[in-house]
Amino acid sequence: MPGGATALPGGAATAAAAPRRRNYARRYGWFIVPAGIVVLAVILFPWAFTLFMSAHEWKIGGGHHFVGLDNYRKLFTDERFLSSIARTLYFTALAVILPMVFGVAAALVFARNFPLRGLARTIFILPMMATPVAVALVWTMMFHPQLGVLNWILTQFGIPPSMWIYDAATVIPTLVMVEVWHWTPLVMLIVLGGLASLPIDPYEAAKIDGANAWQSFRHITWPLLLPFIVVALIIRTIDALKAFDTIYVITQGGPGTSSETINIFLYLQGFAYYNMGYASAVVVVFFLLIVSLAALLLWTRNRVKDAA
Amino acid sequence: MMRILEKIGFAIAVLILVSPGALVFLWMLSLALKTELDNTAWPPVFIPDPPVWDNFLSVFARNDFLLYTWNSVVTSFSATGLALLIGVPAGYGIAKMRATRAAMLILIARITPGLSYLIPLFLLFQWLGLTGTLTPIIITHLVITVPIVVWVMIGFFEGLPAELEEAALVDGATIWQAFRHVAFPLARPGITVATILSFIFSWNNFIFAMVLAGRETRTLPVAVNNMLTFEQISWGPLAAAALLVTLPVLLLTLAAQKQIIAGLTAGGVKGG
Repeated sequence: MPGGATALPGGAATAAAAPRRRNYARRYGWFIVPAGIVVLAVILFPWAFTLFMSAHEWKIGGGHHFVGLDNYRKLFTDERFLSSIARTLYFTALAVILPMVFGVAAALVFARNFPLRGLARTIFILPMMATPVAVALVWTMMFHPQLGVLNWILTQFGIPPSMWIYDAATVIPTLVMVEVWHWTPLVMLIVLGGLASLPIDPYEAAKIDGANAWQSFRHITWPLLLPFIVVALIIRTIDALKAFDTIYVITQGGPGTSSETINIFLYLQGFAYYNMGYASAVVVVFFLLIVSLAALLLWTRNRVKDAA
Repeated sequence: MMRILEKIGFAIAVLILVSPGALVFLWMLSLALKTELDNTAWPPVFIPDPPVWDNFLSVFARNDFLLYTWNSVVTSFSATGLALLIGVPAGYGIAKMRATRAAMLILIARITPGLSYLIPLFLLFQWLGLTGTLTPIIITHLVITVPIVVWVMIGFFEGLPAELEEAALVDGATIWQAFRHVAFPLARPGITVATILSFIFSWNNFIFAMVLAGRETRTLPVAVNNMLTFEQISWGPLAAAALLVTLPVLLLTLAAQKQIIAGLTAGGVKGG
């Protein structure tokens, strides 16, 4: 199987294969038509329509008129939007780095053979399979300042109780904790897939040459694993930027606006205040941010590849 | 001596790794099985003694929980079924044609935040008069399920040896017959993986139904979130409802862990 978001299926076709390819396209094109229609309707149409709406003042029930780039101009002077960008980047940085560190460590553990490995691995990935709303609810109950089990645990270690999601200073780190719990398993699985594909020969050669465990990790495992780690990094970055369900269920952007990320801001503009035109402009800017960060990481990946 | 120490250290590492996952779900179970008095006790009561089922009964008594369950079932099955119907042939076509650009489009769907589809589609469904039915929710779930199915199937069909189909083509089969009678049966394991993942991520989805659902068309995640908003204080029924929503997915994960891990390892398939 290909590496999902990573390796694009299909390789470079050679010049000699070109006529055959064109022939193929005619014959196999029909297989793609139904999916193509769906993609057109639910993915491309929304895109085109979003661009169109972003140039309009468009309120539900309030009609609409063309305003050109006004929505974008307003967006970049909107204090609330700008701080939501900063918050999103803060959240993303933490929600990428921590799962990466824990995920790689976990993959190194799960790559070894031990009794009950299958069961342990399944329990480990349960958080990412569970319904986000359901687990967000349980976390909310655990964060209760007076009755929550987390504060009880803290007091057992002699640490003063925390306000968790009810304090502007701790709300983002707290939400990051939930995100780490939720998505570290995905990083682990991708890296584990990489570890499973490592060849055995270099290790044997290294052993004969007298390399110790650290040396063979540093000079064989790490370079071979790096492409997989970068893939996990890209996917995690995209997902952290897009995080919505748990943040919305747990805090709805609060207290005040102190956990209002771009995605929450977007939701409120669109479906709480019904500013559809303004929200569409947010979508465009948000998408460009995601794509440029993903492109930056892809570029890093290619450089890593060239270096290897 | 070193070996034993190493083994103990390793066992502790495994224990540390699995406990965050296990403990949160156990706490959910504990909350669901305790009385309100025990749930708000300080220090917390960990083991329900005796376990009570009242919370589950009250979930069904006070809400249209069965209706919401039905909505979720209809939505997830329809969205998965439709996605298989169009996604399996598409995966085959893309794999055969080596259509990198079509695959790229699937990637863009993976990158785009779910909310961005919702604004235009919300208006479209209003114009079409479809709000208040399950149809818009099923259609938007295709945004999640189609890319998952196509993505898994591309990988699967690319891994199949081409010789068998070519032999069928040489023997005079049409392309459709070669797909239907040769490639399709061979791809069953891939279809299983695609079905499971697509079902789970459709079941778990919150945002599409939250925006599009009316009172009668809520899916389970939306219904549970509404309980949180309106019944902040009663933890028992809340935890019971949360457990009921996520239980099918957890059981499916335990039952099909091999397929799920194979599908996910292949590369960051995730909805939303």
